Amino acid sequence: MEARANTRIVVIGNGMVGYKFCEKLFSKNHTEQNFTVTVFGEEPRPAYDRVHLSSYFDGASADDLSLASVEWYAQQGITLYLSDPVVDIDRVQKTVRSHHGIVVGYDYLIFATGSAAFVPPIPGVEKKGVFVYRTIEDLELISEHAHHARKAAVLGGGLLGLEAAKALLDLGMEEAHVVEFAPRLMPRQIDEAGSEVLQAQLESLGLQIHLSMATDSILGQESIEGLIFKDGSQLPIDMLVISAGIRPRDELAKIAGLETHPRGGILVDDRLRTADPAIFAIGECALVHQMIYGLIAPGYEMAEVVVSQLLGAEKAFLPFDMSTKLKLIGTDVASFGDPFVKEPDCRTVRFENKAKGIYKRINISSDGRELLGGILVGDASQYNMLLQTTKSKTILPPDPEDLILGNRGSEETGAGVMNFPDDALICSCEAVSKGMICSEVENGNTTIDALKKSCKAGTGCGGCVPMVNDLIQGVLKKQGIYLRKVICEHFGHSRQELLDLMKINQVKTFGATIDLFGKGHGCEVCKPLVGSILASLWNENILHSDRATIQDSNDRFLANIQKGGTYSVVPRIPGGEITPEKLIVIGQVAQRFGLYTKITGGQRIDLFGAHVSDLPQIWEILIDAGFESGHAYGKSLRTVKSCVGSTWCRFGVQDSVSFAIEVEERYKGLRSPHKLKSAVSGCVRECAEAQSKDFGIIATEKGWNLYVCGNGGSKPQHAQLLATDVDKETCLRLIDRFLMFYIQTADPLTRTATWLNKMEGGINYLRAVVVDDLLEMGEQWEREMQELVNRFHCEWKEVVETPELRKRFTHFVNADQKDPSVAFEEMRGQIKVKDWQ
Amino acid sequence: MNNVSHVTERIIWHYACHIDDVPSEGGACALINGKQIAIFNLSRRGEWYATDNQCPHKQQMALSRGMTGCENDEPKVACPFHKKTFSLRTGAGINDGTLQIATFPVQVQEGKVFIGMQD
Ligand code: SRM
Ligand SMILES: Cc1cc2nc3c(=O)[nH]c(=O)nc-3n(C[C@H](O)[C@H](O)[C@H](O)COP(=O)(O)OP(=O)(O)OC[C@H]3O[C@@H](n4cnc5c(N)ncnc54)[C@H](O)[C@@H]3O)c2cc1C
Ligand code: SF4
Ligand code: FES
Repeated sequence: MEARANTRIVVIGNGMVGYKFCEKLFSKNHTEQNFTVTVFGEEPRPAYDRVHLSSYFDGASADDLSLASVEWYAQQGITLYLSDPVVDIDRVQKTVRSHHGIVVGYDYLIFATGSAAFVPPIPGVEKKGVFVYRTIEDLELISEHAHHARKAAVLGGGLLGLEAAKALLDLGMEEAHVVEFAPRLMPRQIDEAGSEVLQAQLESLGLQIHLSMATDSILGQESIEGLIFKDGSQLPIDMLVISAGIRPRDELAKIAGLETHPRGGILVDDRLRTADPAIFAIGECALVHQMIYGLIAPGYEMAEVVVSQLLGAEKAFLPFDMSTKLKLIGTDVASFGDPFVKEPDCRTVRFENKAKGIYKRINISSDGRELLGGILVGDASQYNMLLQTTKSKTILPPDPEDLILGNRGSEETGAGVMNFPDDALICSCEAVSKGMICSEVENGNTTIDALKKSCKAGTGCGGCVPMVNDLIQGVLKKQGIYLRKVICEHFGHSRQELLDLMKINQVKTFGATIDLFGKGHGCEVCKPLVGSILASLWNENILHSDRATIQDSNDRFLANIQKGGTYSVVPRIPGGEITPEKLIVIGQVAQRFGLYTKITGGQRIDLFGAHVSDLPQIWEILIDAGFESGHAYGKSLRTVKSCVGSTWCRFGVQDSVSFAIEVEERYKGLRSPHKLKSAVSGCVRECAEAQSKDFGIIATEKGWNLYVCGNGGSKPQHAQLLATDVDKETCLRLIDRFLMFYIQTADPLTRTATWLNKMEGGINYLRAVVVDDLLEMGEQWEREMQELVNRFHCEWKEVVETPELRKRFTHFVNADQKDPSVAFEEMRGQIKVKDWQ
Repeated sequence: MNNVSHVTERIIWHYACHIDDVPSEGGACALINGKQIAIFNLSRRGEWYATDNQCPHKQQMALSRGMTGCENDEPKVACPFHKKTFSLRTGAGINDGTLQIATFPVQVQEGKVFIGMQD
């Protein structure tokens, strides 16, 4: 098909696929072809990333999700109507009419109307508190309702339902239920055994799963009060999210007399053409090869197929792989190829570890040569690898079970990707093959960012990024380039190398560091890193000399920057112990400067909303009352939490508060590759949660047990036992060594847990170095630590007392005024910063 | 630095501050004509720049507190909030091409920093 000069195209629907159609049309059209494109969107904003919709609850804004701005459409010459759905099509005159009455003629009409959530006809679905999960507006309504809801359920235990259920938990629901009609979760992707393991994992996250449950009706007057099931049982809830499948938006096509499937979907052939040669359908509204492809990658491929035809090339849409990996839910789930083929059509290998919540299944062709498909629950790290092996029909090794059972060192994975044929699809969202990526890397695009720009690989769902990384490494290795983890374009060294160089050469400023060991003028990556090394080595004031402007914003102002541009102030409260007098001073400061106060998760008090120009005065008052900086802003020791211990607690065997204070006083202000946290518990009941800390101490009858390399946060990890029943002095000595070893060898922004995970030999090696002094560094490290401890100074105090530093704490250099753009609202009797605009 | 190209444009120079008011390799914010302007002192290069103080990403008044540096020799500033980077020469977003900030010419005379704004 050849489109004529000045072809008028109308796109109905500005969702993900409708947008991708426009993007591809304009990026591929390098000829003289003239397209006049008009897009009608029903939603109030231009197309956004629906796949990552749930990140809206993690603070992503509509802007962050946006795929292209309104200006982009204008720049391409596309006329975009938003909040204005097409309501009528005249196929004879070839015009469409919108809700607002705009009539536009077309030569080609593209349906990209997507789908809507399918709402089963259960009595009561119209009640308040019942939602679907499809658009930004849906999520706004849900989060609004969540303020006064406590118990919520999701109807539907499929891919989307589980994602929605996790979001409900994250919204702070006391109870979050999943109700599924089928006898297993994700019935389209995983088998019974996989579902069982997944269910256990989800239950440990706090979700309650109800399988084989048929919902009869929704209880409640105006608002939902519960579900009643066909078996008569009830579930009291005050919020319900329906995720029972999708319903293609084919209503307009129907009105226009186009053929649709009884269960939904606009019928098209493998060129995505309807029976009317001027009309195409792409994305979730189209029924191709007898199915609706409810995933983004096939939708993008459909856009590609239609664009190719409009530009005069022949291209067909082939049956598409429906492999999926579940995101966001806190446990890995993936299925690829044909997950369900059974013996005798194949040989199935299963691996299950109930205790660890892992289930893996692969289906291998009967002749043992090819991988047909499989399921991964609990650990999907091999997903990309297995998917590619399936798709490219790679000949399997003699012991294919090694694929899921054997050694899975990262090097092997890398080698694996390099063995794929050149046409193996790596990024299926953007249809980028291995060959294309490798040649881009050979042309010098050797970073993920560069590849995203040059060939769009990794810009869709992001699932292929690890494999793209492996390819970069593989190609470079083949070219004989030794890969070192260099810091950035300004320093061709790793952090550890730079630290050694700076130490040996006694370098104390950023200027000298970059002049001696780097090039250019630095950037936001290397500057704070050098700042941190300087602090770890010499512990001089981080704002002196040329060091102020190399610190991250928080360090530069010795406070955490907040939304709106104000700062928070966290005074140190060692061990969480505080006198009434000091509490009163904190209250007075908050009152006087109008600050919001909150008890933190670290056993101290945070004062939020301080103007930059008020900081020195706030600190001055706090310092007079005996406080110091709490370094809440620094990559440095944060808090040493304590439980009350033997002084009051009937179970306590040691005085944990005194020891926590001693530990905090010793290491306060210590700068490190990432923040450091600690805790001391008075007995095995562990009320201070020491085993989730970078170093944690638990009292025993005979002394103290020292644990290291624990982590809370997003990837929690228990600390491991380093030494048993040691006395206080030994304990501190071991911590000195442990911390110096970490500071001198860890990569930037690596917590101790990750550092240990990457350490060859693991905890045994660490113990050999720290406890048994394998490297004979123990004494030196203890000495170096003592020097740092001796050089401690309160950074706040130095600013308060140094006019030169203090004068930098203003918003304007030329006006004695606070930032007039700062605005607060009221909430529960305190201030709150205004939301992002 | 003064890139007045059309005769019709008239640049008015406003006194902003003394050179010592802007930390070396860093920025400071000045209030000029009721507008918040970020002024940067790239002393290693011997160059001065001025831009909007407001970051277009989330409308935060913060660019003057951002970290300066360079990328392939292009002088830049990183917003302290989400590290969006901007060319100090052109104001173009570097790691997010959809963003743009305004830039203003700077003149330094006898220790005084002047910002040029169109009439
Ligand atoms: C204030 C506080 C929340 C609260 O209201 O309770 C808090 C607030 C922030 N935390 Fe936290 N964390 C707070 C306790 C925790 C805890 C609990 C604890 O320390 O016992 C954890 C889990 C324990 C851990 O770190 O292992 C915690 C894990 C994180 C993480 C994830 C770290 C990780 O390794 O995964 C981040 C992100 C990071 O550092 O990269 C983070 C980052 C942040 C930042 C700095 C985000 C930011 O960059 O702005 C928040 C600063 C708010 C501000 O502007 O002041 N915060 N954060 C808590 C301050 C404790 C204190 O007194 O210093
Ligand atoms: C929460 C969530 C998570 C998801 N996660 C994944 C995932 O991990 N992986 C994956 O591959 N897929 C995922 N998907 C599916 C993916 O988002 C869809 O496949 C994709 O959005 C389909 O694109 P589309 O353009 O066909 O439809 P849509 O994005 O729905 O866009 C259609 C647009 O057309 C508009 N429209 C409808 N009728 C008209 C009309 N008459 N006039 C004008 N406009 C109209 C609609 O309002 C809508 O804006 C997820 C979906 C959701 C909701
Ligand atoms: S305080 Fe911590 S958990 Fe809470 S929003 Fe900030 S970073 Fe996230
Ligand atoms: S506000 Fe500047 S980067 Fe987000």
